[in-house]
Amino acid sequence: MTGSRILAFGHYQPSRVLTNDDLAQIVDTNDEWIRDRVGIATRRIADSETVADMAGFAAEKALANAGLTPADIDLVVVATCSSVDRSPNVACRVAAKLGINAPGAYDLNTACSGFSYALGTVDHAIRAGAARNALVIGAEKLSDFTDWTDRSTCIIFGDGAGAAVVTAAAEDEAPGVGPVIWGSVPEKSDAVRIEGWRPYIAQEGQQVFRWATTALAPLALQACERAGVAPEDIAAFVPHQANARIIDGIAKRLGMPQAVVAKDIVESGNTSAASVPLALSKLIERREVPSGAPVLLFGFGGGLTYAGQVVRCP
Amino acid sequence: MTRDEITSGLAEILEEVAGVNPDDVAEEKSFTDDLDVDSLSMVEVVVAAEEKFGVKIPDNEVQNLKTVGDAVTYIESNA
Repeated sequence: MTGSRILAFGHYQPSRVLTNDDLAQIVDTNDEWIRDRVGIATRRIADSETVADMAGFAAEKALANAGLTPADIDLVVVATCSSVDRSPNVACRVAAKLGINAPGAYDLNTACSGFSYALGTVDHAIRAGAARNALVIGAEKLSDFTDWTDRSTCIIFGDGAGAAVVTAAAEDEAPGVGPVIWGSVPEKSDAVRIEGWRPYIAQEGQQVFRWATTALAPLALQACERAGVAPEDIAAFVPHQANARIIDGIAKRLGMPQAVVAKDIVESGNTSAASVPLALSKLIERREVPSGAPVLLFGFGGGLTYAGQVVRCP
Repeated sequence: MTRDEITSGLAEILEEVAGVNPDDVAEEKSFTDDLDVDSLSMVEVVVAAEEKFGVKIPDNEVQNLKTVGDAVTYIESNA
């Protein structure tokens, strides 16, 4: 059974930058408080772009970086929890925008853990022979679901998209996408919510923080073990960009002092399923991770859900 | 374990997790108002206290621990 590997990443962020000082104009908050509590300096907000627009732009860049054309793609999977339309799904819209002919196309919603879940399902599809070249995209427009009068949540979220092109590995080649460790915590289903009709994001911050900083590091280490990569050989750790203090808390427990730890949250805020591919795409663009190096991805969020795997950096 | 021993154990945790001066830690002090421990640091204190004192402090109990004395009482009766 042939494995898969990532050929390239691409990302897209809307142009409007929302600073902490901007937020201080609309709710009772300030720059120091926000940086101290969540570690965010700016976030990007989409004014005209839809989730599908951002997903499409990120996918175009990933395809160009991979040196493939839309005709090569036979599967499109989009991780998102913030697409307003029920149908068509975002994956079909991306396929239409890029002119991809008749791919398998579906959306997947596991909130902030979505990219690693989607990458896991795509890896399985390729291993099963159901696809050869796939686009895996995380895309979110959380500003549509943000309560701009709630200072505890509106400071956190942003909009954006990240995409990866995943292809079947050669038969004699080691897989570039390691086994996914995934799961959920259904008894904590109230911890992060986007519920009801015309909903807003709401969360139990302390409960999420405690779970994330205590339960996830052992699961992330399982992903390393399943991939046969020693923790000290991981070149970069790219967790969901939820909160800088959560990232620091998990990183501390992982014990990977050599690894570059993604901190795109500082400039992009929390972009849910988009955050992992967005952060890694930017690290690659800045040449902070060498090609071929093992990178640990780990998503977590509403559900509660989590998923992660070790991938070889394209 | 006496209340004083629990208090000094908490003082060590508070210093490590939130940089609180151990001399400021006393039973009547409020974590938030007097010791400037924010809601996420409070979670770190609770997790460290669970390990140190061998006690379970569930999520819904954390909000009831307003003062150092509240935490000492909880640990004393549940350890």
